[in-house]
Amino acid sequence: MYVAVKGGEAAINEAHKLLAEERRGDLAVPELSTAQIEEQLSLSVDRVMTEGSLYDRKLAALAIKQARGDLIEAIFLIRAYRTTLPRFGYSAAVDTAKMGIRRRISATFKDIPGGQVLGPTFDYTHRLLDFKLAAEEGDEGETSGSDFAELPDGVAQLDDSMPRVVDLLKHEGLIEEERPGEKPESIGDLTREPMNFPVDRDVRLQNLARGDEGFLLALGYSTQRGYGRSHPFAGEIRLGEVAVEFVPEDLGFPIEIGEVTLSECQMVNQFKGSTEAPPQFTRGYGLSFGHCERKVMAMALVDRALKGRELGEVVDSPAQDEEFVMEHSDNIQASGFVEHLKLPHYVDFQSELELVRKMRRERREADLGEKDPQAVEAAE
Amino acid sequence: MSVLAKSDPDDLIRAWDDLEDKPKWRWLRKPETGLVMVRGRAGGTGAPFNLGEITVTRCAVVTEGGENGADQSYTGQGYLAGRNRRHAELAALFDALLQNSERRPALEDAVIKPLAARLEARRHQASAKSAATKVDFFTLVRGED
Repeated sequence: MYVAVKGGEAAINEAHKLLAEERRGDLAVPELSTAQIEEQLSLSVDRVMTEGSLYDRKLAALAIKQARGDLIEAIFLIRAYRTTLPRFGYSAAVDTAKMGIRRRISATFKDIPGGQVLGPTFDYTHRLLDFKLAAEEGDEGETSGSDFAELPDGVAQLDDSMPRVVDLLKHEGLIEEERPGEKPESIGDLTREPMNFPVDRDVRLQNLARGDEGFLLALGYSTQRGYGRSHPFAGEIRLGEVAVEFVPEDLGFPIEIGEVTLSECQMVNQFKGSTEAPPQFTRGYGLSFGHCERKVMAMALVDRALKGRELGEVVDSPAQDEEFVMEHSDNIQASGFVEHLKLPHYVDFQSELELVRKMRRERREADLGEKDPQAVEAAE
Repeated sequence: MSVLAKSDPDDLIRAWDDLEDKPKWRWLRKPETGLVMVRGRAGGTGAPFNLGEITVTRCAVVTEGGENGADQSYTGQGYLAGRNRRHAELAALFDALLQNSERRPALEDAVIKPLAARLEARRHQASAKSAATKVDFFTLVRGED
């Protein structure tokens, strides 16, 4: 049991001042602007938006600055902020087939309609430190833009139609189909109601989408290493902009309120069949705000692993255990419970101390009693 | 409304500043920021699920009729992603003006078409840059085959 403490106000105020000072760092170094974070640490922004579960680049950049670059702290700030805003409603489901593609690759088919588009990727870089980036402004080697993508005249455009690669396999019936459900009003929302196990796929995907990247990465990795083996292929990974449509109650017709950048991963998994399903390719799905490629790949692996029960697979690995995965995926819940251990537990610990003393005394007396029952009687 | 919502707010400010004959108007609903839950679909085509929220700012304005009483008043709505109140306000004002069939054609030409062209150019440029990264990998024949 936690017993509250009070007081310490002056010390806490001073600690917060010190925190502000540490955040600012050396005053001789120019202050970082949130616009710089938004533009130049954009993948941090993307992660904070995805796990903070709020698409707003400017707020995410502010949270990162305030949290001194601690992304989980920044996610916490975003989650707290969102509770202060009213909910206007739910968007129509975004159509990722109509994405304005910036990156789209498939590891399963070489020749796909629309082609393989590498886009802005770390893949195929040599992972050598680029000391040009460390050069101070004004120095030789300042980023001048000469390394940037240029637009020669008459350059080709991407095809208008970029069908989802997994949809190509559908015609042969070799792949598990994803069909729209019938009742849109019954879509689970874990920001409104708690999880009740077993949960449906909608709640599972929402949970994974806002889940911690590191946790999902480790779980996804575990499925590849044999804990719930599912032999995955990256059927398709795509990145780009998608329109968000919303029907305001007061208007009664759908309007586009803007565009969001999304990352999507479709994992395709070999499946040898079971009593429940014939041999086929099964699927795992990952979707995130911004450019979070590692996250959506891991999410897709875990989503597939969690289908184990419905596919009639043996469910014995951590990544296949719905309750284990979903109850531990949220880094704000997790850090809340882990970090509350820092708070004063003086009373709590005093009672534990008393208890341990008492148990030791009893044990000692029991030991003595076994050897010499009369000695105990005499002692009492 | 989609063009007004997606355009750069600075472009809207410029268009408003350049506008002759600005109407008198009043708030029907002052700008308010809230959230819309964005939905995706499992596997892209399957059952919908809640992905995460997006900040949205909304407002409504009503333009007032002219002095001679001949003009009608029109209601305009601003509904857009983000927290920029001025952007929402201008989107609502242009929306109101576009309801007026007499002003609509001129506004379409002077404001909406150039904004749409800018958006299109932005898309075009991103598409061209990505197209330059199109790749055609070779599959090598393995030695033992």
